[in-house]
Amino acid sequence: MSTTTVATRPAVADRNSRERLAGVVGQVLAEAKKSGATAAEAGVNISQGLSVTVRLGEVETVEHTRDKGMGVSVYFGHRTGSASTTDFSEHALRETVRAACTIAKFTAEDDCAGLADPDRLAKDIPDLDLHHPWNPGTDRAIELARVAEDAARNQDKRIANSEGGSLTTHEGLEVYGNSHGFLGTVANTRYSLSVSVIAQDESGMQRDFWYTVARASDALESPESVGQTAARRSLWRLGSRKLATRQCPVLYEAPLASSLLSHFVSAVRGTSLYRQASFLLDALGQPVFADFVRIHEQPHLKGAQGSAAFDSEGVATQPRDLIRDGILQGYVLDSYSARKLKMQTTGNAGGVHNLTIDPGKDDLAALMKRMHTGLLVTELIGFGVNTVTGDYSRGAAGFWVENGEIQYPVEEITVAGNLKDMFRRIVAVGSDIDTRGNIRSGSILIENMTVAGS
Amino acid sequence: MLTLARQSLLEPAGIGDAELMRLIGRLTTGGVDYGDLYFQYSRSESWSLEESKVKSGSHSIELGVGLRAVAGEKTGFAYSDEIILPTLLEAAGAARAIAHQNAPANMPAAFHGETGRQLYRPADPLASLADDAKVKLLERVEQEARAQDPRVKQVMASLASTHESILVVRSDGVISGDVRPLVRLSVTVIVESNGRRESGSAGGGGRFGYDYFNQQDRALDYAREAVRQALVNLEAVDAPAGTMAVVLGPGWPGILLHEAIGHGLEGDFNRKGTSAFAGRIGQRVASEQCTVVDNGTIPDRRGSLNVDDEGTPTQNNVLIENGVLKGYMQDTMNARLMKVAPTGNGRRESYAHLPMPRMTNTYMLNGKFDPKEIIGTVSKGLYAVNFGGGQVDITSGKFVFSASEAYLIENGKITRPVKGATLIGNGPDVLTRVSMVGNDLELDPGVGTCGKEGQSVPVGVGQPTLKIDGLTVGGTQA
Repeated sequence: MSTTTVATRPAVADRNSRERLAGVVGQVLAEAKKSGATAAEAGVNISQGLSVTVRLGEVETVEHTRDKGMGVSVYFGHRTGSASTTDFSEHALRETVRAACTIAKFTAEDDCAGLADPDRLAKDIPDLDLHHPWNPGTDRAIELARVAEDAARNQDKRIANSEGGSLTTHEGLEVYGNSHGFLGTVANTRYSLSVSVIAQDESGMQRDFWYTVARASDALESPESVGQTAARRSLWRLGSRKLATRQCPVLYEAPLASSLLSHFVSAVRGTSLYRQASFLLDALGQPVFADFVRIHEQPHLKGAQGSAAFDSEGVATQPRDLIRDGILQGYVLDSYSARKLKMQTTGNAGGVHNLTIDPGKDDLAALMKRMHTGLLVTELIGFGVNTVTGDYSRGAAGFWVENGEIQYPVEEITVAGNLKDMFRRIVAVGSDIDTRGNIRSGSILIENMTVAGS
Repeated sequence: MLTLARQSLLEPAGIGDAELMRLIGRLTTGGVDYGDLYFQYSRSESWSLEESKVKSGSHSIELGVGLRAVAGEKTGFAYSDEIILPTLLEAAGAARAIAHQNAPANMPAAFHGETGRQLYRPADPLASLADDAKVKLLERVEQEARAQDPRVKQVMASLASTHESILVVRSDGVISGDVRPLVRLSVTVIVESNGRRESGSAGGGGRFGYDYFNQQDRALDYAREAVRQALVNLEAVDAPAGTMAVVLGPGWPGILLHEAIGHGLEGDFNRKGTSAFAGRIGQRVASEQCTVVDNGTIPDRRGSLNVDDEGTPTQNNVLIENGVLKGYMQDTMNARLMKVAPTGNGRRESYAHLPMPRMTNTYMLNGKFDPKEIIGTVSKGLYAVNFGGGQVDITSGKFVFSASEAYLIENGKITRPVKGATLIGNGPDVLTRVSMVGNDLELDPGVGTCGKEGQSVPVGVGQPTLKIDGLTVGGTQA
């Protein structure tokens, strides 16, 4: 292949961009004030990146991404309206503020509406090591994706087909400001490398994947290792069978165990609570998880996926326990839902920050030994989770385990229970913590669930 | 449609045929087989009510151009959120960098517009009702829900619309446009009785103005329906676990077809051989009673389009006829590589996303059985009438969809309501076990959204009542 030259764009988060975005925020807030708003807040972001996919050794797609957006909320006393645009021209910004103000004429008075309280806004903004610009160029990006895919395809003859290897880069700059005088800027980068391949034998086709993600390119797993893991996972699944319907222990592999914690977060989010749409209403101070479980937020971890010094309202984030000794210590609140519940914001406008369940001592193999006989789940599909009742029923694939050893792969089954019981019946949390996402968990073993199959 | 789209997208930017030709020239130089420009301008709004008040509303504007260059199986893509010629020329250069030959541009002699048809009126839905009337509509929905039953504790309702103009300019000279309205109203209620809480949801929409919701009391019907579902769930017992006969009601349960066979019949997965349906055209994949179509041409439907996002007119495509697999759904690239005609299924979420084969309105045609007769044949099984989401692994063929309203069938009669549960099956063989198809075809009310590779597009589903002889029900009662 000959050399590709694409003009290398300057970094998104240079001083020039920072000043320009801060200028946009200032302009929008001034326009809101001029329109009679008693308060306003605005967020502006720009980003750029590259996404390449190599499939069966050939370039499949090369995508150049470049996005920007501005969102504003205005308050007229206790009435509010919001609007957003991708156009930063002076005219468009003015029109967008006007659209938000028009909406605020028709929305109802709401005592809880408004900016975050000034004393909660972040004052010192630590550097959380989230910005590591790297521009591999198209050729290098293609090479990395190809090496990763090759590693998977060369692993075994039964790797018969591929959905490709992909490398994605992202650099973004976000500026948030409000009429209390807060102005915060965050620059971040994110790189990911993934491979998805298909294993095939006389029993049929199975697909699985693996990925690595990091704020800095040198923190990515090697392309060879990503490809080999993807291949291994696809091969493992060949010859999957159905299980007969039964009750048994269920072990969630770490990359999926985080989904259980995300259901917990949905249930203790302020919006679910004041709407009475949660199975954990009035659970503060009550046992929610097994007694040994601790779940906490670590917003200031350096270089992690969910790190943030302030939330999307400018409120300072703080490390804190949500669950200690199995007992619920706090909710997940923004200013609005906190006021609704007559509480204080927990700095979670926009979500949680590096929510972590404390790891135990056992790795996955030791957890299987501990389970002895049961289901290891490595894939979940569908959306069968009811936050109002806690009822849980999802499609699953994985492995049947006896005497602590994998016996055979299984598919076309469901795992079901109620999250209230499942949380209380956690027997162990693995040491194999997956740090690729905003929710960090090791594998989780649950004492008993219903598995439906043939 | 084309004239309207040109007026709103190109004229303000001062871009005429000469500028378009320059862009296509830049995009297709160097051995590019095909290139296209996708101009998009959309305005959206949403209003939401909770605790008896319309507390928030939002408005957004999206504007941009996607530029794509295709050489063989390679695709180069770049986009811009500014419609300014120098920026577009730069993006065209970035997109065509996948091609490296010393070849001239692949340019048409002239552009020719397709005037096309009008499956829906192009009028702006945001302006179809005054803002205070939008607020009042949501308040009436809320009052209607609360008036149904004292056990209603919370009502959440939202009203949303989008007005989108798109223009596709292709290297084969075709220029095609569409102006697409889309509205949606959704209601969710929480009911409580003796400390037990349950929810119910309903809604509807399509490609028209907000006045649709005021006609025939539709908005109020959604409120009543959401309450009815929630109250049914208050009485629900634990769902069964295991494989049993399942009767699916008409309309929404057609999500079965979308997950079990729809995605598996999209052209990209079949060209690549990654779908469990690859290479199976002409084979029996369903019982003889099953005929399934994907039809993008139904007037006013949420999943309908005058032309797809590559400028191809949508069609009524037969996917399965009397049980035999007839064809896949195609965009232009996969159709070309598989040497078949495009089917009008090339869709994209926005200018910032690449098009790919997607469904429009996917449904099964009527069979001959009375729905009551179908239920009467089941001695023990599940009757599921409302569903939440679903998902499929197209390679293994395993799919799920989750019931939100279901009942036990005992000795040919519907008895008790059961809690929601996920149903799981194998796409390539689930329809072979369809033993009875009803004569009561319904389409869903118009709120469906489909996600694929991170892109969301509005779709529709539908079916008559049908009976599947064995499907795994993921309840807790083993």
